Amino acid sequence: MVERSRLLKFIAHAVMLLGVLVVAFPLYLAFVASTHTAQDIVQAPMPLLPGSNFWDTYKAALLGREAGAGSTAPVARMMWVSLVTALVITVGKISISLLSAFAIVYFRFPLKNFFFWMIFITLMLPVEVRIGPTYQVVSDLGMLNSYAGLTIPLIASATATFLFRQFFLTVPDELVEAARMDGAGPMRFFFDILLPLSRTSIAALFVIQFIYGWNQYLWPLLATTTEDMYPVVIGIKRMIAGGDSQNEWNIVMATALLAMLPPALVVVLMQKWFVKGLVDTEK
Amino acid sequence: MEKRVLFRSTWLPWLLLAPQLLVISVFFFWPAAQALLQSFQVQDAFGLSRQWVGLANFETLFNDPGYLESFKTTALFSSLVAVLGISISLTLAVFADRIIKGALLYKTLLVVPYAVAPAVAGVLWVFMFSPSLGVVAYALGRVGLDWNHLLDSGDAMTLIVMAAVWKQISYNFLFFLAGLQSIPKSLIEAAAIDGARPWRRFWTIQFPLLSPTTFFLLVINMVYAFFDTFAIVDATTHGGPGQATSILVYKVYYDGFKAMDLGSSAAQSVVLMLIVIALTILQFRYIEKKVNY
Repeated sequence: MVERSRLLKFIAHAVMLLGVLVVAFPLYLAFVASTHTAQDIVQAPMPLLPGSNFWDTYKAALLGREAGAGSTAPVARMMWVSLVTALVITVGKISISLLSAFAIVYFRFPLKNFFFWMIFITLMLPVEVRIGPTYQVVSDLGMLNSYAGLTIPLIASATATFLFRQFFLTVPDELVEAARMDGAGPMRFFFDILLPLSRTSIAALFVIQFIYGWNQYLWPLLATTTEDMYPVVIGIKRMIAGGDSQNEWNIVMATALLAMLPPALVVVLMQKWFVKGLVDTEK
Repeated sequence: MEKRVLFRSTWLPWLLLAPQLLVISVFFFWPAAQALLQSFQVQDAFGLSRQWVGLANFETLFNDPGYLESFKTTALFSSLVAVLGISISLTLAVFADRIIKGALLYKTLLVVPYAVAPAVAGVLWVFMFSPSLGVVAYALGRVGLDWNHLLDSGDAMTLIVMAAVWKQISYNFLFFLAGLQSIPKSLIEAAAIDGARPWRRFWTIQFPLLSPTTFFLLVINMVYAFFDTFAIVDATTHGGPGQATSILVYKVYYDGFKAMDLGSSAAQSVVLMLIVIALTILQFRYIEKKVNY
């Protein structure tokens, strides 16, 4: 910055600290709650410093309990369902978008623009606006309570197709010519040249789509009815039942932290790709 | 824009497009068409027959005070989320932009809520504000403010707004920070030489130059508040007390899956579809502007 003012610097740090504290407080509180017993928390005000029940709470959460007010299913299983779902959605979206962008950019065929617009229009049809009939279709196909039902309806992606299309358009034509001269067919060109060149875009999209897939709520809420197919985000909701004092809040909070751990790690560790992905997907 | 050099094949492009087209036809276009169709039909109580009723579903919908109320609730909710989210994040970004030491640490901590699922965010906030055991509700009680989002509709609205803003701060913050850092330093320095203090420089240089970012975020935040907050509402207030926090997306779900009123739910879907289309067009017009800018 231009001037060196002690006061301004102090204010800047104070504002940032305040911001960070407000943002982090719910997370801190969740952690504290997860280290106490359910009884400790119910007695208002609950303790504000970590307790000694950490291992017991997380063990009970991960492995499941005998009985409780809400769902008592093991969180370890839910985390697995979430992981598989998020990965299938991410890899699926990226693969089919790469293929369709390749077709649209590198081939000339009838109705090309029509198909491009068809993919574009899906931007305007989020799950929320076609929720009833989509449920009907998935249920008619017998895909409820299966990984296929959790993932395939969410796999189409206009944003990813666009992103790859934009990127492919910037790839120099000389590369295609050179590849063709060396006798490479289209698929060889795709796998040996285009795919390696797209690495950064793929990484950026991966981060964004993984978080998207992991955090899905409305769709899994409809598409799963049995405990063994709940993703963790749904599982946590099902644990909250009945009155405030009946819930095992320590376990709910432990589950909340477990549920946010994988996406938070992805965001923090892959921050560079994450920011690139955010900016790219909005273009 | 077209490539000069293309591959030739009569069947390969179709094969490449097939997976995407299959998914969008079966899970996007077919259901959307069904929603459109159902919005003009009425189903009998047993789901055996359907009758064509024209615009009757829409008439009932717009004569339903509950639906109009839900529109108002959504408008209030999304403006609060957009305005609060944008002003808080802008403030943070402006100060973060001044900081050199420790900037990465602040940034990393502020980015974390983006990774938190909306439903989980809702659970965290409902835990803090639970009337019987929430820490913050307890503290508010000590200073004489009675908090009960289960009974008081204002409290309930405040709760979902706070949870929704908390979750969205990261996103807005990153875009504002990137926007601020792309403003040429020479402009700021020139203004400083002319004697403009930081406060003045912000309003006369940085804020106007950020206006495309701000407008873009306004649209994005509206879309977020309209559609992505379903989980927050479902995890905190269930649309209550009464209908006080029943935003449009929650109502579609509730009427279609809990109240089983398919015709009305489909008509609501169509209304939502129109809203998304409007917002998407708005968003794309902005992008055209950004290119000129």
